[in-house]
Amino acid sequence: MGAGSKGALPPQAVSMREAMKSAAAWALVVLGLSFPIIALRTVQDFSNRIVLEPRPWLVAGLVLATFVGRLLWGLGKYPGQASALPFLRFDFSVTGGSWLPKAGLAALIFFPIVALALAGQSGAIKWIDNFGVQILIYVMLAWGLNIVVGLAGLLDLGYVAFYAVGAYTYAILATYVIPATVPVLGPWAFWICLPIAGMLAALWGIILGFPVLRLRGDYLAIVTLAFGEIIRLVLINWVALTNGNAGIQTPRITFFGLPFTTRGTETTFTDVFGLPGSPTVHRSIFLYYVILGLALLVAFVTLRMRRLPVGRAWEALREDEIACRSLGVNTVNTKLTAFAMGALFGGLAGAFFSARQGFINPRSFEFLESATILAIVVLGGMGSLVGVAIAAIAIIGGIELLRELDWLKSIFGSDFDPGQYRMLIFGLAMVLMMVWRPRGLIAARHPSIVLNEAPAISDDHVREGRG
Amino acid sequence: MRWLSDPLLVVEGLTMRFGGLVAVRDLSFSAGRGDITALIGPNGAGKTTVFNCITGFYRPTSGLIALAPGAPVDPEAVATLTASVRRYRRGDGRDDLFLLERMPDFEIARKAKVARTFQNIRLFPGMTVLENLIVAQHNRLMHASGWSLLGLVGAASYAQAERAAVERAKYWLDRIELTQRADDAAGSLPYGDQRRLEIVRAMCTEPVLLCLDEPAAGLNPKESTALNALLRAIRNDHATSILLIEHDMTVVMEISDHVIVLEYGLGIADGTPDSVKNDPKVIAAYLGVEDDEVAQAEAEAGV
Repeated sequence: MGAGSKGALPPQAVSMREAMKSAAAWALVVLGLSFPIIALRTVQDFSNRIVLEPRPWLVAGLVLATFVGRLLWGLGKYPGQASALPFLRFDFSVTGGSWLPKAGLAALIFFPIVALALAGQSGAIKWIDNFGVQILIYVMLAWGLNIVVGLAGLLDLGYVAFYAVGAYTYAILATYVIPATVPVLGPWAFWICLPIAGMLAALWGIILGFPVLRLRGDYLAIVTLAFGEIIRLVLINWVALTNGNAGIQTPRITFFGLPFTTRGTETTFTDVFGLPGSPTVHRSIFLYYVILGLALLVAFVTLRMRRLPVGRAWEALREDEIACRSLGVNTVNTKLTAFAMGALFGGLAGAFFSARQGFINPRSFEFLESATILAIVVLGGMGSLVGVAIAAIAIIGGIELLRELDWLKSIFGSDFDPGQYRMLIFGLAMVLMMVWRPRGLIAARHPSIVLNEAPAISDDHVREGRG
Repeated sequence: MRWLSDPLLVVEGLTMRFGGLVAVRDLSFSAGRGDITALIGPNGAGKTTVFNCITGFYRPTSGLIALAPGAPVDPEAVATLTASVRRYRRGDGRDDLFLLERMPDFEIARKAKVARTFQNIRLFPGMTVLENLIVAQHNRLMHASGWSLLGLVGAASYAQAERAAVERAKYWLDRIELTQRADDAAGSLPYGDQRRLEIVRAMCTEPVLLCLDEPAAGLNPKESTALNALLRAIRNDHATSILLIEHDMTVVMEISDHVIVLEYGLGIADGTPDSVKNDPKVIAAYLGVEDDEVAQAEAEAGV
């Protein structure tokens, strides 16, 4: 993409006539498309009858906008050049590979403090909890799935199953098991359940992995998809254990045993530390740093693993499985470790989600979640931690930002809800990404070991894996 | 005649059937320790199938493939091991014995130390040249990294093992003059370099037997000569015997000590390069015969 502009041939402008022709064709297509979708609207009148309301000016405006837009685009574009708009040709991996992770990490660490300073006690909760914590949960999930999909090249469409296993492990242990057996440990429930949730999820990863890892490509994707659905259906129907669709009310997270509350008789976080502000803000900030720590743990383990034989074997597996076997790599075990590692981190994120929400039910673990996490990994550039983090911020942050666009109601009328357009925008973003950066935001791969220098490997050579 | 006096690999009655097609029929041969053994034959003769059976990528329909890295293959020991349910016997190194037909592919590479290359090159194209050679040392490094646990906490023993692995990789890169390109993607190398890289990647597993599937295919004469030198060096400087499939007769005749000829899955000749070159059955298989010699050739070929 974009390489053609560097060729020997001088750029040649598209003629006015050709641009007009192309713009006219586009306008015609838009006209055709708008008839069934936009031209007529059904509205209920006062006597509750449905009447058709024609909207010719809206259609005309759209057609005209398409024509003008396409015309300008066509005139500004040269043959063999991907795009005349320079911002679409950015490349993080070359321009900002070294400073980006450090700057991003610093921004993440200071985010709650900045949010508090800018938005005040009451306004900061939204930014820290709705944006910060929510995005970091998805960063962590996507980094976990990145091990399976990005490094080992195994397409997993049911990743949310491990997230659900982790979440329900915490919910069941912390709500029922610990109070019934050793109530003293109640305040510590999150820290006790976190490793158990991770290990149980990893165990499920291995249980799923054994039978299905002989499958490759599409078949593996279908079986993992089915596994995700099976877990969800079990959660809905095993009412005795999970309380079905009614869900489970889970205990809130504590600061290593000190609850974030104002009332009650026990010693609270505020009593001990005496920090200003409400306990809710304290809890949000604490949750933020817990999920940041968990996400950084995933990043640390991933970076370390990439430099270990098992990590190199994952990537080799993605490149060529048969060659791996000819070199004595036990491919079944290698795939299982990738699956188990991914599931482990999904389980940890699930336990955190459960403790943060205070309530879980199977609706949180639908296929859409798996699809979103996978989309983050693919958009970010498979294998790249920074790219995946940027994609998570863009997608999850973007969805949250749509809720902030209420002022648009003053333009489009009071029944306009920007949140309803999120899937449309999401889909449009995906299409644009697939056109301009089909291998994701950061597609280049960094070698895990070097002899002399460390150049990034262009995505022309890196394979996506088929299994 | 080392293949008779000191066989490293013995193949007995190997048959490979794919449904109704018999790709290899009752093939028996042996490969000598320290020899370069060539497996030749017209297209479709079953050479690659034999390779896939030896390296575990196919499980043969019937037959026996025994490898003894320490001492000549002992038929009695093979019979004893075959009668048991075990796949291999490991002792002090001299009396190790592996029944390759029973072992899965990765175990053959790891335990029996049989490495191979592929007819269509199978490198890890998105990984660097150096990474390709490090992945080849997976099992040794896996052991040194304490199955990842020691490596995860950054143990010094793993760092040391990794340095040793890089040294070994550097040694082999020097041998094929690719040190300058160690940090380039393997997929970006020219074809001839990719072939040689695949061979040294297999050598990084420290094999006792190296199986090369058409190593000279697609090479120009200069690259062919360099390949011959590399193969001779491997045989002379390392305790590695070579089994190769090759169509380029100049390569075969120049470097091999022992040639086996296959036609339609049957072994039709077995001997030194000179004796095979003059064998009428081999000439007939490759070139065909004059009309008036058909009867005589058929009689000689036993059909």
